[in-house]
Amino acid sequence: MIKKIKRKNRSTILAYLGLILISLICAGPFLWMLSTSFKTGQNIYSLEFFTAHPTLNNYLGVFKFLSVPRYIWNTLVITLSSIAIDVVFSALCAYPLACMEFKGKKIIMGILISTMIIPAAAGMIINYLIISNVHLLNSLVGVILPGSVKVFSIILLRQSYLGVPKELIEAARIDGAKETRIWRQIMVPGIMPSVSTVVIFDFISRWNEFLWPVIVLQDPKKYPLATALSYLNGSFNYKFGYIAAGTVISIVPIVLVFLLCQKNYIEAISGAVKG
Amino acid sequence: MKVKTRQTIKAYMFMAPALFMIVVFVLVPIIGSLPLMFYDYSVLGKTKFIGMDNFKRAFSDPEFRISIINSILFVAVVPVLQILSILLALLVNRKLKGISIFRTLIYIPVITSMVAVSIIWGFLFDPSGLINTALQDMGLISNPLGFLSSGKTAMICIMFITIWQGLGYYMMLYLAGLQSVPKELEEAAIVDGVNKLQGFIKIKLPLLKPYIWFCTLNSVISAVGVFDVVYVLTKGGPYNATLVINYYSYTKAFTDFEFGYSAAIGAVQAVITSVLSIFVFLYGKKGGGMTYSD
Repeated sequence: MIKKIKRKNRSTILAYLGLILISLICAGPFLWMLSTSFKTGQNIYSLEFFTAHPTLNNYLGVFKFLSVPRYIWNTLVITLSSIAIDVVFSALCAYPLACMEFKGKKIIMGILISTMIIPAAAGMIINYLIISNVHLLNSLVGVILPGSVKVFSIILLRQSYLGVPKELIEAARIDGAKETRIWRQIMVPGIMPSVSTVVIFDFISRWNEFLWPVIVLQDPKKYPLATALSYLNGSFNYKFGYIAAGTVISIVPIVLVFLLCQKNYIEAISGAVKG
Repeated sequence: MKVKTRQTIKAYMFMAPALFMIVVFVLVPIIGSLPLMFYDYSVLGKTKFIGMDNFKRAFSDPEFRISIINSILFVAVVPVLQILSILLALLVNRKLKGISIFRTLIYIPVITSMVAVSIIWGFLFDPSGLINTALQDMGLISNPLGFLSSGKTAMICIMFITIWQGLGYYMMLYLAGLQSVPKELEEAAIVDGVNKLQGFIKIKLPLLKPYIWFCTLNSVISAVGVFDVVYVLTKGGPYNATLVINYYSYTKAFTDFEFGYSAAIGAVQAVITSVLSIFVFLYGKKGGGMTYSD
């Protein structure tokens, strides 16, 4: 009996050691970046984790060198407008796909699903030509529009509409409620959990996006944060402290959003395999 | 008007805004890039039909050949990533205090941008960076190693970063799979005196099959399409050592503005992806992986 308990303890200790090691490998580089962003020029490559003389110089420097508030503003404009477009348009589009009978329903579902298999990069050239033809190059609108409505969101919300009890809809229809009213008063509240999932997914993907903005925007002042960061990395390689501070600034919001919505997000990720 | 017709009109009014966006920015771009590969598309001069010339050019283009070889080599990350993720999922599936904190820490690389991740690893791999300093302090090396500037190691570093960033994502998926294993099954196995390894191979692995199939497929598609790390860290160098097909196709389009040639390269990439996907798909079907994923 005692032997068995001992063996169990040992396996628990081993598991913790493994977990600590892997967590260090995964999160360690971020912590190191954080600590580096408070170091000064001379000891920037030093191995010690806690520097004796922490300084905010890198943060002040990166704000002076790059117009950080501007980049944050650009990122927010891109991220929030994409989320708004995606949530409203997808929620509208998914409703008939889940709750109405109409001609062409199967065809539309088929087309939507088949576009999910094709990687977004395939359409990049033509998207560039479209944006250029409607004179939206070098504008934030040109960054926002392509890829704002995601087929994934439509499918996710359709799934969610299907979960709203049918009796509620039927009862409202019998009472003579209009389709738009049913949507607004019964369906929308019913799909709120999935809407929040769409918001988190969009937030993460749009906040981190950097390539499409490079292609559309010629003026670096219009860059979002991630794009500006890759630009900073290319042109001020020697200002390592600044880059470290800039990287920390770009990561913090996304980590906060993730920590707040973690449960919901992970459930959606795991659900994707079955769905 | 018939009820059904009225319903149909209403339905399309609901869908119109989203469908418009998807047609313009998803469908037209995908379909439109098909004819592009048979043209010599020029931004300034005249665009002309050149038939298969873009493909003929590709197969005598040494850089294109290098990019294909590199991309296929890069697919080697898939089995490594999947096996490590399954092992990790087994570890975080244990009921231990504070396990969710560990799960979150392992997941952080997944949600951060590839730009930030690449910058961090760029500095860790730097000749005067943390890894070199640590190795020198331990006396393992006398001169700093140029991990990213040497053709021999640059590709390995890119692969390492890809695996490091993907671990958390696939771990979460496999964890969901492990948690769907019925408790009774595990208990019955314990009662029958099955040891842990047998229990894993005989009970958990078969139930994980749909997850393995799904994750491998995803992983193959993103491995053939690897782009961001290469763009931020190596730009395909040194001496084309990390030139992968997606990056080559990008440079042809947006630095050389040879849209037609780029589309042809993209088509070859799509073919490679499809062939590998079909391979995984058939394997998954044979192993019963498709049973409850559809």
